Amino acid sequence: MRRYFGRKLLIYIITFILAVTVDWAIPRFMPGNPVEILIARAGLKAESAKLIYSYYMKAFGLNVPIWRQYLNFWIALFHGDLGVSLWLFPQPVMKIIKQAVPYDILLLLPAILLSWLAGNKFGAYAARSKWLDNTISPLAYILQATPYMWLGMLLAWLCGVRLHLLPFSGAYSNAMMPSFSWSFVWSLLQHWILPFASLFIVQFGGWAIGMRNMIIYELEADYSHYLEALGAPRKLVRSYAFHNALLPQITGLALQLGAIVGGALATEIVFSYPGIGFLILQAIQNHDYFLLQGSCLFIIIGVLLANFLIDLAYVLVDPRTRVGMQGEG
Amino acid sequence: MAQPRKQNEALYFMRRNAKLQIGVAFVFLFIILALVGPLLTKYQPRDYVAPGAQPPSSEFWFGTTSFGEDVFTQFVYGLRSTFLVGIVGGGLGTLIGILIGFTAGYRGGIVDEILNMLTNVVLVVPSLVVLLIVAAYLEVRGLVFESVYIALFSWPWAARAIRAQTFSLRSRDFVDLGRLSGMKPLKIIFTEIAPNMMSYLLLTFILQFGGAILTAATLDFIGLGPTEGMSLGLMMNNATTYSAIMLHMWWWFIPPGLAITAIVGSLYITNVGLDEVFNPKLRET
Amino acid sequence: MSLKVEDLTVYYQTLRGDVHALESTTFGIADGEIMGLAGESGCGKTTLGQSLIFLHPPMKLIKGRVTLDNKELPIGDMERMNDFRFKKVSIIPQYAMNAMNPTRKIGKMVAELLKSRHVDFKSLLPELKRRLDLVKLSYDVLNMYPIELSGGMKQRMVMVLSTMLNPSLLIADEITSALDVSSQKAVSEMLVQFRDQGYCKSVIVITHDISVLYQIADTILIMYAGQLAEKGPTDVIVHSSQHPYTKMLISTLPEVGVRYVDKQLAGIPGGPPLLLKPPVGCRFKERCPLAFEKCLEKPPFVETDKNHFVACWKAGA
Repeated sequence: MRRYFGRKLLIYIITFILAVTVDWAIPRFMPGNPVEILIARAGLKAESAKLIYSYYMKAFGLNVPIWRQYLNFWIALFHGDLGVSLWLFPQPVMKIIKQAVPYDILLLLPAILLSWLAGNKFGAYAARSKWLDNTISPLAYILQATPYMWLGMLLAWLCGVRLHLLPFSGAYSNAMMPSFSWSFVWSLLQHWILPFASLFIVQFGGWAIGMRNMIIYELEADYSHYLEALGAPRKLVRSYAFHNALLPQITGLALQLGAIVGGALATEIVFSYPGIGFLILQAIQNHDYFLLQGSCLFIIIGVLLANFLIDLAYVLVDPRTRVGMQGEG
Repeated sequence: MAQPRKQNEALYFMRRNAKLQIGVAFVFLFIILALVGPLLTKYQPRDYVAPGAQPPSSEFWFGTTSFGEDVFTQFVYGLRSTFLVGIVGGGLGTLIGILIGFTAGYRGGIVDEILNMLTNVVLVVPSLVVLLIVAAYLEVRGLVFESVYIALFSWPWAARAIRAQTFSLRSRDFVDLGRLSGMKPLKIIFTEIAPNMMSYLLLTFILQFGGAILTAATLDFIGLGPTEGMSLGLMMNNATTYSAIMLHMWWWFIPPGLAITAIVGSLYITNVGLDEVFNPKLRET
Repeated sequence: MSLKVEDLTVYYQTLRGDVHALESTTFGIADGEIMGLAGESGCGKTTLGQSLIFLHPPMKLIKGRVTLDNKELPIGDMERMNDFRFKKVSIIPQYAMNAMNPTRKIGKMVAELLKSRHVDFKSLLPELKRRLDLVKLSYDVLNMYPIELSGGMKQRMVMVLSTMLNPSLLIADEITSALDVSSQKAVSEMLVQFRDQGYCKSVIVITHDISVLYQIADTILIMYAGQLAEKGPTDVIVHSSQHPYTKMLISTLPEVGVRYVDKQLAGIPGGPPLLLKPPVGCRFKERCPLAFEKCLEKPPFVETDKNHFVACWKAGA
């Protein structure tokens, strides 16, 4: 078990260091004074520009040796200091991100988890019924092939514009302010359904296919044949196959967290949903590099952390990792 | 000795597999469209051809955009770049995956450990985010850059699969036989292992191809695609930015997304069909 | 007779047609008899063993009747056969080392399996422990995962599990093939002890290793290309067989003490026929030194001596 963890931890640490370094290094090694370029691009007023200039000169520390700049960057990071936004000056980047995070969690957590659960269930059904397999599988492949943003646009157009069923822009009605009232929650829910649906539907396809294949693989394993030869009822064989097939799906879930970033971003753009993805788009459009850099770093750390948590959970579930074998290492 | 018989057997089953035929047919259809399409239109993607926001008609098969550009023209030119990114990005990704996966699988030991670690690191990083950081500084981006970038982050999937396959093949008896009879390692690789991996490599390439198309569509949609030219993702980007959804301009955003779904979906189904052809256990009795 | 097999014919369905894996096999096994089932790879011995307990697609029952303890075994009916599996007929499979679910503790798996077959695990536990002692496994294995056991230990565990309900017929499929020589001896002897203790009544030991059968089997059944060649008491088969195939098979075995320089190992030239379109009549005639025109007609499996059956027109020649 120590070996399993040691390995995983090493990978996360290396990735983390690499990502932060890349994030720090890119502006450093671009031609010219990066801070000047950035500030010029953002077109700030003179006094604000001066403030930011001196702040970032310290952070990027151009008057200090490179290794010291690198160190300062890390120190700031561990203080939770991701700089100050140019576009929404003088708000600190961290504060802006914190406002967007709840919407992401609201959207992504259910979408990822529910599609995983439902996809696995349906994949299991498809694996044992020829009829279901012939209907669900082709559909699942097509769903998996659908680009997130296109499905979002389709749903927005069909349900929002043509049928006037649901809103398709923003997280809540423009006429409201966030509060703990029922009408706000209702509005929140209405605005949430379409972006949730587009994320859910595409991922569902992927999980269903994966689970179907894993279960077929397990049903053909030696231990399944042995149980059948000893007359075990189908229910027992299937439950063993399901449990064993779930293990690689858990690993897949961890990987999905990194992969879904693109999809979430695209979906938030389509629905103008105020998560970090939408924030990033606005940062790009407004040339706010610091907001962009901070958001990206935030996402990377989030993904690494979530991955680590899932790996922890995996140890509890797969006995092979505890006993010395690598399992799905 | 067994090679010709195996090839005939493969062809026999290929001709009978419905999934394979349907999938390939669809992909072919779109390839033809991508090749021939631009010849069918006398415009360029960004030309002003008529007053904007017109629905499909006999003159403009896919209607026009808010700016009066011909959607059909954009569509066929977009198809071209889509396929290009798929081939270059997917091909390069497969190549890197083969190199790393095969080396790791064949050599084993410390080489395998290091390459495995590398694979896992690249796998965990959300590639989009790194691209955002890089792209914020690049004024000009080309199709090649996009393809290379996609390849640099999608190879781990290929590497994993190929490494696993190499492991299983490497310990097979006929490889040991080759070693025992004194064949040089390179010869063993090319004459004994490679033919058995061919089918696997093809399957891997098809998946990389499809994945590259999807990734490129997302990148283009966000605005990080090539700065020049046209692509299907870019069409959807434009449509969203200029409120095509609210203006009921379905002809602007439905064709590009539909095309991507159809192409990638057909690729996946082709993959399943090919898997059945190559793997006797999956065939239906 | 404990087991009676009449005219059992089983084909494999493939896309190219039916493979005639088992053709009109008829034989019997007495109560408490350990019968060895031997032959080349692909001769049908595993098919025979499998069809007696788990005849699943792509195997297809063409005809035949199997009776165990005077009751017919519905081998062609997967559903009805379940009542007999584990309780009356059991198997130690070829893949015994992978036969247990890797993610379940062994004890838990055994309990769940028994429960699903409506057998109370708790009441069987003392007996289970007694049998674990017999095979020299500690009780701790019940608390371990399969991966924590060695190959030999897993094999023995499966042996114990398969015989937990004292089946009338036990099929042991290549249980010594993957073991080293000393383990082979231990496992073979355990099998005999199981029979002696009454954990199972009759045993079919499937193997290609005749030397193992010589040690533990009461009778040996030789198969070739899906047909039965010869059956008889072990001594008779090894020392005074009557079928040309058996004779050649025995002579291919290296003898201890005899060196290559003194006496070369004889092989049997050629290879067994493909069973997709099997040859007419006796399937051994292509490689048989005694073949003549009558061999185009399939020789019946007749009793030439007491308990000695041969399928050859030139039996005893």
